[in-house]
Amino acid sequence: MENLTAKSFALRQDVLDMIYMAKTGHIGGDFSVMDILVTLYYKQLRVDPARMDDPDRDRFILSKGHSVEALYAVLCSRGFFPKEDLKTYSQYQSKYIGHPNNKINGIEMNSGSLGHGLSVSVGMALAGKMDKRDYRVYVVMGDGELAEGSVWEGAMAAGHYKLDNLCAVVDRNRLQISGCTEDVMAHDSLDQRFGSFGWHVTHAAGNDIEALNAAFEEAKSVKGKPTVIIADTTKGYGVSFIENQAAWHHKVPTEEEYQLATKELAERRAANE
Amino acid sequence: MNNIPNRQAICDVLIEKANTDKDIVVLCSDSRGSASMTDYVKAHPDQFVEVGIAEQSLVSVAAGLARCGKKAFAASPACFLSTRSMEQAKVDVAYSNTNVTLIGISGGVSYGALGMTHHSAQDIAVMGSIPNMRVYIPSDRHQTKCLIEALLQDQKPAYIRVGRNPVEDVYAEDNVPFEMDKATVLAEGTDVAIVACGEMVRPAKEAAELLREKGISAGVLDMYCVKPIDKEAVVKAASKARCVVTVEEHTYIGGLGAMVAQIVSAECPKKVKNLSLPDAPVVTGKSQEVFDHYGLNREGIAKAAEELLASL
Repeated sequence: MENLTAKSFALRQDVLDMIYMAKTGHIGGDFSVMDILVTLYYKQLRVDPARMDDPDRDRFILSKGHSVEALYAVLCSRGFFPKEDLKTYSQYQSKYIGHPNNKINGIEMNSGSLGHGLSVSVGMALAGKMDKRDYRVYVVMGDGELAEGSVWEGAMAAGHYKLDNLCAVVDRNRLQISGCTEDVMAHDSLDQRFGSFGWHVTHAAGNDIEALNAAFEEAKSVKGKPTVIIADTTKGYGVSFIENQAAWHHKVPTEEEYQLATKELAERRAANE
Repeated sequence: MNNIPNRQAICDVLIEKANTDKDIVVLCSDSRGSASMTDYVKAHPDQFVEVGIAEQSLVSVAAGLARCGKKAFAASPACFLSTRSMEQAKVDVAYSNTNVTLIGISGGVSYGALGMTHHSAQDIAVMGSIPNMRVYIPSDRHQTKCLIEALLQDQKPAYIRVGRNPVEDVYAEDNVPFEMDKATVLAEGTDVAIVACGEMVRPAKEAAELLREKGISAGVLDMYCVKPIDKEAVVKAASKARCVVTVEEHTYIGGLGAMVAQIVSAECPKKVKNLSLPDAPVVTGKSQEVFDHYGLNREGIAKAAEELLASL
């Protein structure tokens, strides 16, 4: 088994390259969500890049669609499309736009408007129950996203229909574009909120692949209710000067910053190999 | 007097088709009664999803079901469906290209005196402006049935608006000329071309008869397919006539009349008069009283046509 922690640092370099070349992207959230995506695509999701029409495939929705660069890097590394495609990210006439686009192999739904993914995943999970298929549905939301009222419409329906084939992940990095989530709109009662909607709530260190994998395994064992994993992440994880800085929500690195970040990522990767 | 509303016609088709097509799923937002879906729920409880009073979730859940192979029909009052959940319609249905039919029930001013919160006098403009979203407003129960059957075949995003009350038949049960995305020509005329949709088709047809008695030749198009509009039919009818009158249960902004005027001005310039609801909360009253108030009836349409012809 390859070292997934090292891989996740290598994939952050792909994200850095994409954003540096295109001069656009959401690097902070990409780096925070990367380990969640790596865990899902390398250890959990039952998906085959060559068979995305398989009705029994697991479903994944990136509801925090602005972290699409991280998703592109992971999908590419799993063979959903060739690496040359990443160079077209955000370029004129490219399908690799700044939010998920289901014209790309591996992407189920278009997203970008926050607060949609959870309800969409409820529909997918309901379809699985209706058809007695054993696929699972995964959705990743940002913590700032949870202020959208539509999230709670979806949470209510998932609890009501006891969708134990549905697992939501909150990328709890505690920062959003305007600053700390707790200053912008407080979310520290997530356990009670999801719990009272009929969910099983669990926590995981969100930049720790083993811890995340254990949480996904726990979710699979929970019957009769959906599970939400509150993944405690660090925004910008992997590069010291990007970590925990709201300003890096969608800042583009200068050449100097790019070189520094590249060096740090290489060091982090080497330290984990 | 017909007593079957178009919404009931939708339910009847879906009940029948769901007997053999297990992928059909109907969703409601505490709207099964208003949508006339109670019989469907009884017949196919396993092919029904209730989301509660949550229209945003209604549309997203429908999209998720559709993405997993279901033919989703989300039915909710048009006023809420077309505005509260517009973003979900835009992103999860149209942009993601999911097989969802949004059924806006009690559309237009069906809810009469309940006021502007319950009117959907801008749903053509809202839904029609979304790329990959089609807009249909059928004129009677028979056409509604044909439309639902066609939508079950094509599996693309669509928004349908139907009214709350039964409306008089435009077509005979055994003779419903229907071609998907093609306007139905109810009459051909050389003086005025009347283009109408939904509940305005019947009075438009009657207005043409009234005009004929006065020696005025009026053509009538039933443009149930508001988007994609049947441009060819508009050009053909307008080219034959001296002027054009449009009639719709919708504001004049971004509705059928605006679309027809765009086509006519570009392809075969003629004077176009839009009969519509105003850009304002409408007068209080039952829907027929509202129609009468704004001249959206047989006499009003005929009068507008005569005045337009007199102005040429």
